[in-house]
Amino acid sequence: MTDSGGGPELTKGGGGPHDDTPGGGPLVVLENVNKHFGELHVLRDINLTVQRGEVVVVIGPSGSGKSTLCRSINRLEPIDSGTILVDGKKLPEEGKDLARLRADVGMVFQSFNLFAHKTILENVMLGPIKVRKQDKAASERHAMELLERVGIANQAGKYPAQLSGGQQQRVAIARSLAMKPKVMLFDEPTSALDPEMINEVLDVMTSLARDGMTMIVVTHEMGFARKAAQKVVFMADGQIVESNTPEEFFTNARTDRARDFLSKILTH
Amino acid sequence: MDQLFNFTEVFDNLDKILTGFWATIRLAVVCMILSMIVGTVLAVFRVSPTPVLRGVGTFLVNVLRNTPLTLIAVLCVSGLSDVLALRFSDAPSVNGFWWATTALSIYTGAFVCEALRSGINTVPLGQAEAARSIGLTSGQSLRMIILPQAFRSVIGPLGSVLIAMFKNTAIVGAVAYAVEAAATMKLMFFDLGASLPIFIGFAVGYLILILPTGYFFGWLAKRMAVAR
Repeated sequence: MTDSGGGPELTKGGGGPHDDTPGGGPLVVLENVNKHFGELHVLRDINLTVQRGEVVVVIGPSGSGKSTLCRSINRLEPIDSGTILVDGKKLPEEGKDLARLRADVGMVFQSFNLFAHKTILENVMLGPIKVRKQDKAASERHAMELLERVGIANQAGKYPAQLSGGQQQRVAIARSLAMKPKVMLFDEPTSALDPEMINEVLDVMTSLARDGMTMIVVTHEMGFARKAAQKVVFMADGQIVESNTPEEFFTNARTDRARDFLSKILTH
Repeated sequence: MDQLFNFTEVFDNLDKILTGFWATIRLAVVCMILSMIVGTVLAVFRVSPTPVLRGVGTFLVNVLRNTPLTLIAVLCVSGLSDVLALRFSDAPSVNGFWWATTALSIYTGAFVCEALRSGINTVPLGQAEAARSIGLTSGQSLRMIILPQAFRSVIGPLGSVLIAMFKNTAIVGAVAYAVEAAATMKLMFFDLGASLPIFIGFAVGYLILILPTGYFFGWLAKRMAVAR
């Protein structure tokens, strides 16, 4: 596993007012974040703190703003007001600084988004070579290790369209890991997968969580939430309605809104 | 009937005809390269996040695409070269060649731009998002992810644009570089009298050059297609 920068010595000098929190300061902090899509108020006063090494699962009905929340953390969706801090630093405006920040924040999409004209290996090597300016041979070695780790090393020369959805998503995770990110965002990583492929992706994610990667995961996979998450955040209508440990949330949801949602998805 | 299909004049003047087509090929190849460059730059302007660049790109494409090529060629030769004395070279044939390629390249560039822009629109948004999310700048993402896929998806239409460009060498040739094939034909009509055999000779020449070009682009489009 790559050293994701989760060790306590790395948290010193991170700057910002949050460094006094136990554990060396939270990695991601959202404060009073608001966003509109036209008339629609998709994020309402969002406050969320993610500690180093913490796995946070965000759930909620569709249209509740959970994907937007996830995408706002690397500024794929700019916010209207509030602040987002990643490793103590405020999200930069568009430009070189933002590109640098995004290199430290891994992102896995619902639709995989592997680069369609590049092979699996090239997909994983591109960031390290072009963004991190790493040596090509070293990048290839590291890329093959990561592909080995997600179980796709034997497909390295193929193109994305030749792989199954589950395999593509595992490659996408390897592509993010190749950048040695501080935190990884997962935007419904299993929603576009056939049922029999969901587990192979969740297994990779669970092992990442076990290795101490900081993760923010938008998902409906309750099994993953119970197994790997320290915190479940429930969103509805652009607000964080409830935030609790998985065990508490799934067995003892405090709000009607959450109980109603859970009754709909857990009865199947 | 004998006179209609008497090709001796074509064969007697084969060297002249081949020289004409050689000039056409030189024009076409240089214009192909330049128009691709111009078209790519214009397309980058038109999808740029900077409003000024977008405006400039849109303006240039609209002007170039909606002006007859003859007018652009005449502007280049009579206006820029003759009146304003902007010359590529003191040798008239070299100067004529470069003004002819300039006129045809910027004109064709506008069409290349529009073909390419439709290709950019076929690249799913997620590709750009993934590129940005691994830390590529918008320039890198355009160069390494978006444009390569856009080009591959529009090889077919680009082929049509370039075939039209190939034939348009006859127009800029007439204005600025009267040694290419079509101008050579006109010259032979003057010298020998207009005849169907000479016309057929030149038409076949164009066919021989352009048909394989079309097949080549068809083959290339299939080979380079991006599977999704």
